Amino acid sequence: MTALLLAAAPAAMAGVVLPERGGSPNADDISTLYSITLYVAIVIFVGVEGTLIWALVRFRRRRGGAPPAQIRGNTPLEIGWTVGAAVIVLALAVITFVYLPDIKNPPRSGPNGLQASGSVELAAINQTAPPGGEVLEIGVNGQQYLWRYDYPGKEQLFSYHEMVVPTDTTVTLKITSQDVAHSWWIPKLGGKADALPGHTNETWFKISKPGLYEGQCAELCGDNHADMRAAVRAVPPAEFEAWAREQRADIQDARDGLAAQRRFRERQAGGEDQ
Amino acid sequence: MSAVGARPEIVMHGQIPERRTGWTSWLTTTDHKRIGIMYLFATFLFFILGGVEALLMRLQLAQADSTLIEPSNYNALVSMHGTTMIFLFVVPVMAGFANYFVPLMIGARDMAFPRLNALSFWLLLFGGIAFYASLLYTPPTAGWTSYAPLSDDAFLPDGGIDAWIFLIHLTGLSSLVGAINFVATIHNMRAKGMGWGRMPLFVWTILIYSYLLILALPAIAAAVTMLLTDRHFGTAFFDVTGGGDPLLWQHLFWFFGHPEVYIMILPAFGMISEILPVFSRKPIFGYKAIAAATAAIAFLGMLVWGHHMFTTPTATVVLAIFMISSFAIAVPTGIKIFNWIATLWRGSLVFKTPLYFASGFIGLFVIGGISGVMLAVFPVDWQLQDSYFVVAHIHYVLFGGSVFGIFAGLYYWFPKMSGRMMSEGLGKLSFWVMFVGFNLTFLVQHSAGLSGMPRRIYDYSASTGWEGYNLASTIGSFLLGIGVLITVVNVLLSIKNGRKAGNDPWHGNTLEWFTPSPPPDNNFDVVPVVRSVEPMKDIRREVVKRTGEPAGSVAEPVA
Repeated sequence: MTALLLAAAPAAMAGVVLPERGGSPNADDISTLYSITLYVAIVIFVGVEGTLIWALVRFRRRRGGAPPAQIRGNTPLEIGWTVGAAVIVLALAVITFVYLPDIKNPPRSGPNGLQASGSVELAAINQTAPPGGEVLEIGVNGQQYLWRYDYPGKEQLFSYHEMVVPTDTTVTLKITSQDVAHSWWIPKLGGKADALPGHTNETWFKISKPGLYEGQCAELCGDNHADMRAAVRAVPPAEFEAWAREQRADIQDARDGLAAQRRFRERQAGGEDQ
Repeated sequence: MSAVGARPEIVMHGQIPERRTGWTSWLTTTDHKRIGIMYLFATFLFFILGGVEALLMRLQLAQADSTLIEPSNYNALVSMHGTTMIFLFVVPVMAGFANYFVPLMIGARDMAFPRLNALSFWLLLFGGIAFYASLLYTPPTAGWTSYAPLSDDAFLPDGGIDAWIFLIHLTGLSSLVGAINFVATIHNMRAKGMGWGRMPLFVWTILIYSYLLILALPAIAAAVTMLLTDRHFGTAFFDVTGGGDPLLWQHLFWFFGHPEVYIMILPAFGMISEILPVFSRKPIFGYKAIAAATAAIAFLGMLVWGHHMFTTPTATVVLAIFMISSFAIAVPTGIKIFNWIATLWRGSLVFKTPLYFASGFIGLFVIGGISGVMLAVFPVDWQLQDSYFVVAHIHYVLFGGSVFGIFAGLYYWFPKMSGRMMSEGLGKLSFWVMFVGFNLTFLVQHSAGLSGMPRRIYDYSASTGWEGYNLASTIGSFLLGIGVLITVVNVLLSIKNGRKAGNDPWHGNTLEWFTPSPPPDNNFDVVPVVRSVEPMKDIRREVVKRTGEPAGSVAEPVA
């Protein structure tokens, strides 16, 4: 029954009996791999629990029932279930390695993704070169209790809490922390990646549907761990470019304002000295 | 079977020596049985404390945007619940049962080092007191795993983490001293004729439990000492700014932490392996396979710690190796489950409370075992790690597994320890309330985790859609609490007013049932020669041959 439901509607089952999916291909692949292990699990579960319950009901002591069989073991049977268990986990290992490359390696950006001619620099990442495609690499920095995102490019571009990304573009994340251990997790965009000081962790996603994808820190990081939320907003590339321009201008304005304030303070301080 | 007391005693005791009484006799005792009782009493008190902490957390999570408990207090509850249940309940309660029953089961008159045995208990108790004293200043808030750098003085300068470190040191010493004592006792003090192939399976699991403690504890002892010097003496083992590495903490912690899981479950496996044959009226199926599987699980259990670190920045090939070693453990674990079910198969099942809890144990542990294999698939773990799915998994293993096993052991051995039977009615009621409550609490947590709820959060917003799961879980947890309470009431009522148990109420297989209940100070006047893995069967057969009538048992079907 459950298996039928699973086959029929993976999307509806996501977040109930399957991991979340529908944001990025790696999340979909993990969800699929999970559903395969779940099928195997259901078969084992029904088999073992069924036998257990049957034995408990069937062999309950009854007046005039059969005397207990004084069996101490059965070598062929025992070898049989040992080999059986080994074969099942071996099969699971093989299936995992079949799905692993698609989950682990970022694909190339799509034709409608962010173009290299844009104002945000794209770079081929070095660890797993996607065939011909270019990716947007964003630095993620966890800190008690928010996330900071640094975009590539000569002019500084960064944001907090909400990461804005272009659709149909492969985004790779370089994740670290500046204080304690955190963990980056947006369920619809794939698995977790721990943010540890002194280390750089990697993950990626590629979003086709514009929208807001939410998650939160998954590693206990202090009193307000529960409030360390994260969000990824996917927008069409043109809109992304517009956002980047505006954000850069805002950052520049803030910087200019700060500089003006500092000069003002210095002048004031200088005035007091005289 | 009202004639239990009137039957001829099969024990050859002369006069039972007068017992020392009064509270000082407990403070100064070196008798393994009294130390065992003190262990059980203290660890069950800690179990109640840890349970109350869990219920407070469930109250806070029952509704979205709840403001009942402040974040730092919630984190303190998280830390104290986990630490209490693991270091002050499940690990030492096994030592409590082992203290009482290992000498009796192997036909010894005490442990090898009785005074060291008393030291074990008092170290445990004072470890617990040192830890709970932090309630008077600042409780620890970094979880039972105390991950660096959060646990470093830069982030948590208060004394709570130090109290946690002292708890690890004191309970660690307690377990280490106790483990050496069990190893010495089991290797050297078995009754004549009890070769390795005739040793009760509970004793096998305690032997392996002890070796695992000896191998695993030094890693955490070193780790918390390094944390202590990081916090107070300027070292930087886990501090990046000083050239240290927080990943080192995770490796050291889980090098201990994963064997710890088997330290907590193997003795429960042993109890189940003792209880099932007695209540099936059948020999255990595949004795040698079960003993060998115990050793195999322990060996492989030392090689899987990395599966707690699948989301850390670690090379994929390393993750793959830890996935495969974790898969490998499923094989000996599966063997045990199949052997237990085969023990029930074609038996004549006498449905007393110990069998209820033992069957519940198998049923629930299977679920925890299966979800464990799913978690070992490391790309899948990237989604499940640190989510409520993992919370559900550990509780299916540690509550559905270990705690149901401990309750089976309690109902099985209470008559031996107290000389009185527990109420079957209350026992079965307690089982069903716990069974329903447990599944209501933890089954839905799988779904909460799959839909993105991380563990250890004090709060969530209503828009997440987690409220239904959490409300169900909270209702279940209170049911579970009531179920446990029924057993507490059962113990308190039965200890004074329970039916007299006699020596051997269940028709047991092992030597503890040869002695009176409770056993005298010296356990055995004459230690019988062991001729099989079920010495009591041989003794009963001998009694029938000599007297012409079988010994009575309250576990016979009601006449």
